[in-house]
Amino acid sequence: MNLLSDWVYIGLFFVVAFILPAAPILVAAVLNPKKPNAIKLQTYECGVETVGDTWVQFKVQYYIYGIIFLVFDVEMIFLLPWAVAFNELSFFAFGAGFLFIFLLTDALIYAWRKNALAWK
Amino acid sequence: MTLVEFLLLALRVAIVAVAPLLIVIFLIWFERRFAARVQDRLGPNRVGPNGLFQTFADAIKLVLKEDITPAGTDKVAYNLSPIIAVMAVVLIWAALPLSPRLIGVNVEIGVLYIVAVASLGTLAIMMAGWSSNNKYALLGAFRSVAQLVSYEVPLVMSLLIPVMLASSLGMQNLVLAQQQVWFVFMAPVAAFIFFISSQAETGRGPFDLIEAESELVAGFNIEYSGMKFGLFFAGEFAHVFTNGILMANLFLGGWWGLGVSATDGSILSDLLGVFYVVLKAMVFYLFSLLLRNSMPRVRIDQMMNFNWKFLVPVSIVNLLVTAFLLKLAQLGGFGIAPGQIDLLTNANPINLLPVTLLLLGGNVVVILGTLAVFGRQTRTERLATERAAVAVGD
Repeated sequence: MNLLSDWVYIGLFFVVAFILPAAPILVAAVLNPKKPNAIKLQTYECGVETVGDTWVQFKVQYYIYGIIFLVFDVEMIFLLPWAVAFNELSFFAFGAGFLFIFLLTDALIYAWRKNALAWK
Repeated sequence: MTLVEFLLLALRVAIVAVAPLLIVIFLIWFERRFAARVQDRLGPNRVGPNGLFQTFADAIKLVLKEDITPAGTDKVAYNLSPIIAVMAVVLIWAALPLSPRLIGVNVEIGVLYIVAVASLGTLAIMMAGWSSNNKYALLGAFRSVAQLVSYEVPLVMSLLIPVMLASSLGMQNLVLAQQQVWFVFMAPVAAFIFFISSQAETGRGPFDLIEAESELVAGFNIEYSGMKFGLFFAGEFAHVFTNGILMANLFLGGWWGLGVSATDGSILSDLLGVFYVVLKAMVFYLFSLLLRNSMPRVRIDQMMNFNWKFLVPVSIVNLLVTAFLLKLAQLGGFGIAPGQIDLLTNANPINLLPVTLLLLGGNVVVILGTLAVFGRQTRTERLATERAAVAVGD
């Protein structure tokens, strides 16, 4: 099988994988009863009326975790080709990979020392 | 590509994509019965033999249930997110090998593809939480995303080790490379980290903060009802089993087993291959269910600390140790030499026993080192707490 039809397959798979879960929702939309009223459509909040805007400010901690994740995930993309070619690597390339992982560790230690990993 | 070829391709796509959704019908029944057994209950046993048709009854009920879309929701994201939640799991099956010939498509970058599509689930949760116009849903989604995103780091880091051992990102190539030795013997620490992080990625106990019914009522899916609610759960149930198959393929030799041949192309090899891969997946699946049903939920700060201060450092150390030993073995002349890993055409396979023992030894050192460091640290912490308690007592 050539490379093109591999990706045609994946492309078709995306379409089918979208249709399969969408189908029961559509069937349900046709079959189910629809009797909305103002009380029923209220936002659920354990019986009390909602106060204020829903889109509240969130803890900055989530943002910090997001940033740290981004650092690691982007570097992981660089490490994957290194791992694939591992058996053919020259000693220099091997050392470069190690240096890269050390820098990654350095980022983790920095975040740790700055208390960015503590849930406050 | 002719029309006939295209139609055949479409048929193959449809078969592979429907498979996880058919399996999930039985998985839901199985998991409910299993959870009931753990908790000394009977579970669903009325509809059909042993309650086997309970899931069909549930599906009919969900289809006929009124679907409430609360006022003020973002309609597009609200309706799209359950579809994406299921889609993320179904897409994994496109590159999941089940036997020597049964694989959707053996893309060159299979591992990367699987990691990429699996993280679509995170997007679905964020969309659901944001579009629901509900504070519980939003807060639940923040937590879930923080959890899923964090546990992806050790997950991908432990994936690097099988990739390194097989010198390939293709899923079928990873399985082929395990003909002699399963990777779990070469990298038990990576297998363990992968299992723990994939348990967290599915949002299963003890990491089920996504549900957190005591604090957030239900988390991100609180405003969902009817079939849309059902799809979130179908996706989750399917994800657990899919992770089991992924684990079997990456670490337990996939479809390799007694009587399976990679090259003869017989029906028997394929049937046995599917049998072996499901058997191996069931080991992880059952263990995952046991964990879910017997462990108390952890707090969010504990969960984040466990990831960033335990799993990530250990997986970095494990990666360094494995890479170092693998290169050492290669320099010593008994490792995997360049171009030698092509096991399909390899006429005289190399003896992998010395390198396996070396890597296993390295893993044991990593485990002992981890236990020593964390044992000392927890002892210091415990003594500090005790001193503080005494001081308060005075």
